[in-house]
Amino acid sequence: MRELLIDARLIAIKDLRIEARSRVLLNQVAPFALLVLVLFGFALDADQRTLRSFAPGLFWVAVLLAALLAVQRSTSLERADDAQTGLRLSGMAPSSVFLGKAAAVFLQLAVLEVLLTIGIVVLYGSQVDDPVLLILTAATAAVAVAATGTLYGALASGLGARETLLPILLLPVLAPVLIGATRSFDDALGTAAVDGWAWLGLLAVFGLVATALGALAHGAMIEN
Amino acid sequence: MVELRGAVALLGNFPALAGIDLSIDATEIVLIQGPNGAGKTTLLQLCAGLLRPAGGDVVVLGHDLARERRAVRRQVALLGHSTCLYGDLTAAENITFWAKAAGLTGTDVHSRFASAAELMGLDQRLLARTVNVLSAGQRRRTSIAALAVRRPELWLLDEPHAGLDQAGRDAVDSIITDAVGAGATVLVSSHELDRVRSLSPRVVTIAAGMVVADSVHNSHTTRGSGEPGGAPNA
Repeated sequence: MRELLIDARLIAIKDLRIEARSRVLLNQVAPFALLVLVLFGFALDADQRTLRSFAPGLFWVAVLLAALLAVQRSTSLERADDAQTGLRLSGMAPSSVFLGKAAAVFLQLAVLEVLLTIGIVVLYGSQVDDPVLLILTAATAAVAVAATGTLYGALASGLGARETLLPILLLPVLAPVLIGATRSFDDALGTAAVDGWAWLGLLAVFGLVATALGALAHGAMIEN
Repeated sequence: MVELRGAVALLGNFPALAGIDLSIDATEIVLIQGPNGAGKTTLLQLCAGLLRPAGGDVVVLGHDLARERRAVRRQVALLGHSTCLYGDLTAAENITFWAKAAGLTGTDVHSRFASAAELMGLDQRLLARTVNVLSAGQRRRTSIAALAVRRPELWLLDEPHAGLDQAGRDAVDSIITDAVGAGATVLVSSHELDRVRSLSPRVVTIAAGMVVADSVHNSHTTRGSGEPGGAPNA
């Protein structure tokens, strides 16, 4: 177990160091996510009151679209120059690689969520009624998206037309996260009378299952 | 050390290796030669545990590859056509990462890093550069250094001299002789026959996924694929 966590930490630090140096998240993914929020505003042609009521859903659609880019970037790091073969030959447990890569994606999504939260407050005039629920929902949903995305990224990387395949594979699977996180945010932002904590529980279960499944299945994905 | 009996490996549905018999002892250096598409790279990948044997028996370092591929991998270094380096990390960061990924820690990483970098002619200035700005030859040197820090028991080298200048080629030769001196075994696939023959008397020729000759080049005595494991002729 200790070795698994040490190796996962090594992978996560490697991915985050590459991200810090290449700045793909800050220079490309984050502006894209903020742009999506702005375009939603244009498309809905609505006043702030309407945008406020739609803010939770728009927030999570923006997160999922940005997550696709983050996952594709994470997967491409291992495809470039066949580093994935090096990882297979290193003798590292595939579950370590999965956990490390998912952790790096999770941290990047957390940064994105902070920026997007500022975005909906500034652009849509949203107000946070329950900051604890908001933070826990954002963190739990990020775990679910990072774990599922990393697993499906590995699956798509072994198939043809991987760049276009990933969204088709991943987005339907993440539909429960979109629904649960949106409902929970409805409660946290005070836009609808729902029990956000119950939806947070659903997200937590999804996140746990995705992480466990990913840790178990990642080896088969990269081997085959 | 390496035993293949009727080994078959498939790439998709294509039998890239169609029943190979080969036996290699510890501390041997064996040159694998053959035309393009003969199965040389596939043979190295099979021995590294990257491919699952589709038939026959393959035992590497005492492990049956049909069941224990992962056990082999940490003791094997495969230098393929790709360098397996991360472009946004420096050469030093890449070497350190692969050393730690192979399970090395603390002082082992530092001491082995220094000797591997020196052997491959990687100075501090070059080590501090990101791989993206290195030349192809410098990347190749970095990749070999990243393998050398692991001190594997079995080296599988696919065209190891490709893209290297004279100093780099000499460094590769040094790594091969040092590895064998330390008890490792080396399989080299190369088209630079004269260079590798100076390191190894044994040459295995592959064509269409089969061993067609297994000889010791000084006397050119052919052992043939039907006699795996026979002692090399002097």
